[in-house]
Amino acid sequence: MTSDSGAREPSALHVDRVAYRRSRARRSTLVALVSTLVFAAAVWFGVTSSPGWPRVRSSFFDLHSAASSFPAILAGLWLNIRVLLVCEVLVLALGLGIAALRTLRGPVWFPLRALATGYVDLFRGLPLIICLYLVGFGLPGLRLTGIPNDPVVLGGIALVLIYSAYVAEVFRAGIESVHPSQRAAARSIGLTHAQTMRIVVVPQAIRRVLPPLLNDFVALQKDCGLISVLGAIDAVRAAQIASAQLYDFTPYVVAGLLFVLLAVPCARLADGAARRLARREGTL
Amino acid sequence: MTSPLLQVKGLVKRFGEHTVLDGVDIDVAEHQVVVLIGASGSGKSTLLRCVNLQEDIDDGQILLDGEDISDPRVNADVARRGMGVVFQAFNLFPHLSVLDNVTLAPRVVHGVDRATATERGAALLGRVGLADKADAFPDRLSGGQQQRVAIVRALAYEPRLLLLDEITSALDPELVGEVLTLVRELAEQGRTILMATHEMGFARQVADRVCFLDGGVLVESGPPEQVLAEPTRERTRQFLRRVIASGRL
Repeated sequence: MTSDSGAREPSALHVDRVAYRRSRARRSTLVALVSTLVFAAAVWFGVTSSPGWPRVRSSFFDLHSAASSFPAILAGLWLNIRVLLVCEVLVLALGLGIAALRTLRGPVWFPLRALATGYVDLFRGLPLIICLYLVGFGLPGLRLTGIPNDPVVLGGIALVLIYSAYVAEVFRAGIESVHPSQRAAARSIGLTHAQTMRIVVVPQAIRRVLPPLLNDFVALQKDCGLISVLGAIDAVRAAQIASAQLYDFTPYVVAGLLFVLLAVPCARLADGAARRLARREGTL
Repeated sequence: MTSPLLQVKGLVKRFGEHTVLDGVDIDVAEHQVVVLIGASGSGKSTLLRCVNLQEDIDDGQILLDGEDISDPRVNADVARRGMGVVFQAFNLFPHLSVLDNVTLAPRVVHGVDRATATERGAALLGRVGLADKADAFPDRLSGGQQQRVAIVRALAYEPRLLLLDEITSALDPELVGEVLTLVRELAEQGRTILMATHEMGFARQVADRVCFLDGGVLVESGPPEQVLAEPTRERTRQFLRRVIASGRL
């Protein structure tokens, strides 16, 4: 039997083990299914049997309102997506630049380092809504030539200012997590500090901070809806207008669901990218 | 008579209050293999890092080919191009393929075009028996393979001086041989090598000179048959007795 190209009969002991494991797995699946259904049913009955449910249903989940407000909200969401994409590129560039400044060593770089630290302290602490007001109404108020008047651009500037501070700290954590021996090796083959950062440290840092970067990306995606406070007609503003016209809150639910749908594929894409990198480099 | 390729003169290095190197003098002539021995913490690794200008020194001089590279006015990045370093923990770049690890310095630092660098890198990898691993990533390789890649990376830009910092200490015993064989070949090719090691048997066979460091002081140096077999200093004798007791000689 040994010559049979490794096709060995499993022993009775092993067959028994496999059967036992399979029966346990079936049992676990069944328990999970039943408990999930029971919980969902309990929540459903709890909500629908509440005294205010009929009113809530008609003012939050009205299919007719949803259908009539959907096109305007979708058009607004397209604006959010464009703002998101432009802002995200700027945030990544500015955030990485600030993080790189914060890692410079030596007294010559003190002014730049201090500037970067001050920037992060200021814009990480400042509430986004206040930053939006300051930039959105304060900047044009200066009446300087060349300052844009468009609420979308001004809102985008405020978002980039705030989010760059967060993303800079994510990048810095990533840069500092790369072991000093990597820097030593890079310098030993003659790379300069800048080349070491660009070729050796930052690429490794970015791989490590992909999940928290994605977290900030999704947060930015939602906060793009806040440019509505400056008057831009985005998804949130469109929902607000529809809600005022229809006398119900369904458009907000529609806008909320659209934002959720937007976030899900991003999360899956980034998870997939991180897994591919890990598999290629043999660290998975 | 020409001056040695590397001259270390009165090197002092402190970490805070602790003096790690206390006035060390070492010369390495061209085509020589000089081996640093001594207990852990005796200053071997620190000496190599100082020579590679990875640490600011507190006194003394380091001359490479007659030039004082420890002078702060010297561009350290340029001075390091004359040296190749191999580390105890390999320190390969995990996000780059084996071939990219090897060709990085020639391409980025020395301006060699990609085709030429790739050709030379592949040839070097072939010479250490790793031609088939060129496109693999470092974490997929065994320790011995990784260390051989690290040696090739350090050789890829033809440095005049090789610094090897306990390059077999992180390897499983059965992998030590393949790396030491490679170092022996480099020595036979006439490379100039300054290395720290715990492999006394290897030191005795390959070294032109053995230097015993203890507490940051160069206690004794000379040909291996003298320092390892008939040491003149009591501290050297004590160290070698401990090494023999641990079965490494």
